[in-house]
Amino acid sequence: MTNLKGKNLISITDYSKEDYLTVLDLAEKFENNPNQPILTDKVVGSLFFEPSTRTRLSFETAANRLGARVIGFSNPSATSLQKGESLHDTIKMVSSYTDIIVMRHHKDGASRYASEVSPVPLINAGDGANQHPTQCMLDLYSIRKTQGRLDNLKIAMVGDLKYGRTVHSLVQAMSNFNAEFHFVSPASLAMPDHVKDYARNAGLQYFEYDKLEDVVPFADIIYMTRIQKERFPDQLEYEKVKNAYIMTAATLKGCKENMKVLHPLPRVNEIAMDVDTTPYAYYFQQAQNGMYVRQALIASILGYADKVK
Amino acid sequence: MATNNKELVVEKIDNGTVIDHIPAEMVFKIVKILGLDAYEDEILIGTNLCSKKYGKKGILKIKNKYFTQDEIDKIAIVAPTATIIIIKDYEVLEKKHLELPQHIHKIVKCINPNCITNVEEIDTNFDVVNRDPIRIQCHYCEKTMEEIQFKD
Repeated sequence: MTNLKGKNLISITDYSKEDYLTVLDLAEKFENNPNQPILTDKVVGSLFFEPSTRTRLSFETAANRLGARVIGFSNPSATSLQKGESLHDTIKMVSSYTDIIVMRHHKDGASRYASEVSPVPLINAGDGANQHPTQCMLDLYSIRKTQGRLDNLKIAMVGDLKYGRTVHSLVQAMSNFNAEFHFVSPASLAMPDHVKDYARNAGLQYFEYDKLEDVVPFADIIYMTRIQKERFPDQLEYEKVKNAYIMTAATLKGCKENMKVLHPLPRVNEIAMDVDTTPYAYYFQQAQNGMYVRQALIASILGYADKVK
Repeated sequence: MATNNKELVVEKIDNGTVIDHIPAEMVFKIVKILGLDAYEDEILIGTNLCSKKYGKKGILKIKNKYFTQDEIDKIAIVAPTATIIIIKDYEVLEKKHLELPQHIHKIVKCINPNCITNVEEIDTNFDVVNRDPIRIQCHYCEKTMEEIQFKD
């Protein structure tokens, strides 16, 4: 078990393999016993500079179940930012009131910068198209929970592998666990070279496909992603690929018994509703696991890991 | 400037800086990034000169000019093979062989328009992740880039 007290979480690579396992073990305790008011003397700053229902509610519920109080905003239009206040000054002010900050921002790199300004630790809840490390942590938790291990798994990733930050982080994190990667995407949304280089430098194998059906027979995890309209500079390009991969219950015929389908949500049409009732669907439980992982992170970064039962 | 049959003989400068062993194609880029096109004292610019080591090289002799560390770092990024020679009273006071740094602080702009460094007043920071061809990674937005844009 590593000591994460005071350790910012901005990028998934800020934490080591041992750090991941510390968080996952602690999250398991919260799954068994979610209401543990061990942070009644703490205040969590929840700064959402761009809207996010799922992540914000998950973090704030996590803080509440730990007994902490939450201050912050979910809509920057009602704050001094509208008056032109800099991110620097907002963080200086909020960090003087709080013990830890959870922040989402539309600019890439905003969380790293805020963590350098803030004297209190900061958890990145998503910075533009860059990182979303707590999503990656909950993905790891979901993989370990469904497969019983993290080592030596065949992980397929499907859809928008170019712009999808969750799949980039997952490759980085799973590179610690001898994963074999299978990337399924249209050529225009292929996994970027720097991510493939990361896997290669870790000594891992990856394979690329253009058909979802090709990976179904052997994958342990199929990680689906939404083709994100907002990431396309050219809307015509979006129209060409938006329906490239649609998973139905029939698609999964012949898959391994232990296989689980993950998705960071929200989904649009890439997973048909008939998949929800198969034993392979895990995306809703995956979202729920996010709360336990965030409880684990808040408690351990504030130095309360040893108080968790 | 005088010539004999074999080589070009360039007048020595009494005080200033000589930048030697510049890859020939980078000479005018260095002139631009250092703002030497607006420099009012004497500058000798040589390019496509024969070099045993590099084939063709360039050289700049800038009278009465000594560069700051930031300026030297800029030269190192576009011409890591260059040598800086500092001249005082016709004597070589110092000779520095440049090397591409591991980290680039302040002088380069992130080319990602959505990067926080292009919005707030922040000193940029980049790690050099590949040396040839040069590829750098922004410390903030984590984007890697091969195109180097210097700040004004």
